[in-house]
Amino acid sequence: MDTDQLIRTLAADNAYRARPIGLALMLALLAAAPVSLLIFFAELGVRPDVMTAMHNPFFDLKFAVTLALAASAIAVSLHLSRPEASLRSFGWWLLIPAGILVAAISGEMMMPQRTPMMTRLIGKNSMACMTAIPAMSLPLLVGALYGLRQGAPARPAVAGAVAGLLCAGLAATVYASHCTDDSPLFVATWYTLATAIVASVGALMGKRALRY
Amino acid sequence: MREREDEWTDLMRSAISGDDAAYHRLLKAITPVLRAAARRGLARAGQPVDQSEDIVQDILLAVHLKRQTWDSSAPFAPWLFAIARNKLIDALRRRGKRIFVNIDDFAETLPGETPEPTASPSEVTAQLQALPARQRDVLQSIAVDSASIKDTAAKFSMTEGAVRVALHRGLASLTAKLRDR
Repeated sequence: MDTDQLIRTLAADNAYRARPIGLALMLALLAAAPVSLLIFFAELGVRPDVMTAMHNPFFDLKFAVTLALAASAIAVSLHLSRPEASLRSFGWWLLIPAGILVAAISGEMMMPQRTPMMTRLIGKNSMACMTAIPAMSLPLLVGALYGLRQGAPARPAVAGAVAGLLCAGLAATVYASHCTDDSPLFVATWYTLATAIVASVGALMGKRALRY
Repeated sequence: MREREDEWTDLMRSAISGDDAAYHRLLKAITPVLRAAARRGLARAGQPVDQSEDIVQDILLAVHLKRQTWDSSAPFAPWLFAIARNKLIDALRRRGKRIFVNIDDFAETLPGETPEPTASPSEVTAQLQALPARQRDVLQSIAVDSASIKDTAAKFSMTEGAVRVALHRGLASLTAKLRDR
């Protein structure tokens, strides 16, 4: 097939319209979400004292951090799906959840505490956190990468890592309702480690899956 | 240069709003620019320039399948050159060369400074043979026999919708095969 023939063929396919990437990503995440929720309800479940916990601002702050991570990673993911885009212009969005976390830690430092700092940091659920967030992220990550294949990222590994952040943010939001460790120090340590694991897996998978 | 790129942007906008002829003209217009840049990239990497046509076809397929990532309120050329650069780097890397490709290679290229390529069986042609029969037949009918979608539908007793689906799937799996080869 010479180039003129190829051009004619492409022009004949002009009527085809691909799904916008935002929609493709949303549908893929919705399809994957039941698997993650199944893992959550089968293995963990919402903590029993959730109604009283909701009055604790540090319990609520966990959701602010994880949702901010998910939302900013969605925005950056969609941006990076364009071939001419780079992290430079949009990457700072990812600092928003980190900023909220730093503010929460300073807030907690200023309050009188019954338990010492290291006890709050180590908490009781570190292992659950480190396994549950990656496990619930994995189905979401497969879905997200599938949806993002519509895109054309200049650096597939970076785009995959941001997709990992996105999925870790969503998984951590659900996990936070199970976890009884509400200290921002715990979140900053263990949630961050779990998120880093998912982002690394995302980078490895994205490197292959998001090439175009 | 500016006018040329503004014209591309206009053509692409028309193409997206359903003007097949504008799309055809756009692809024709960008091809010599892509060809010249591909040749320059190959020459600089010490590779034979007669492989440039495979790279051009790679780029055209990617442009086609990734159109939805172009923001129609933005100029078309930077988007095009980003895809072209990515594909050129890919092609050189596959040939075992790591090379820095300057984006200005594309922007500064004047069309028409390189001759049309001599006909040689392209990588696209080779991969075409590996497609499922229906997709291959439809692609060949439209590409090689220059049949319209309507004529192709009549020839294979398919609906026009089915021809369109086979055409698009064929192009998509062709691209996947070229990428994973």
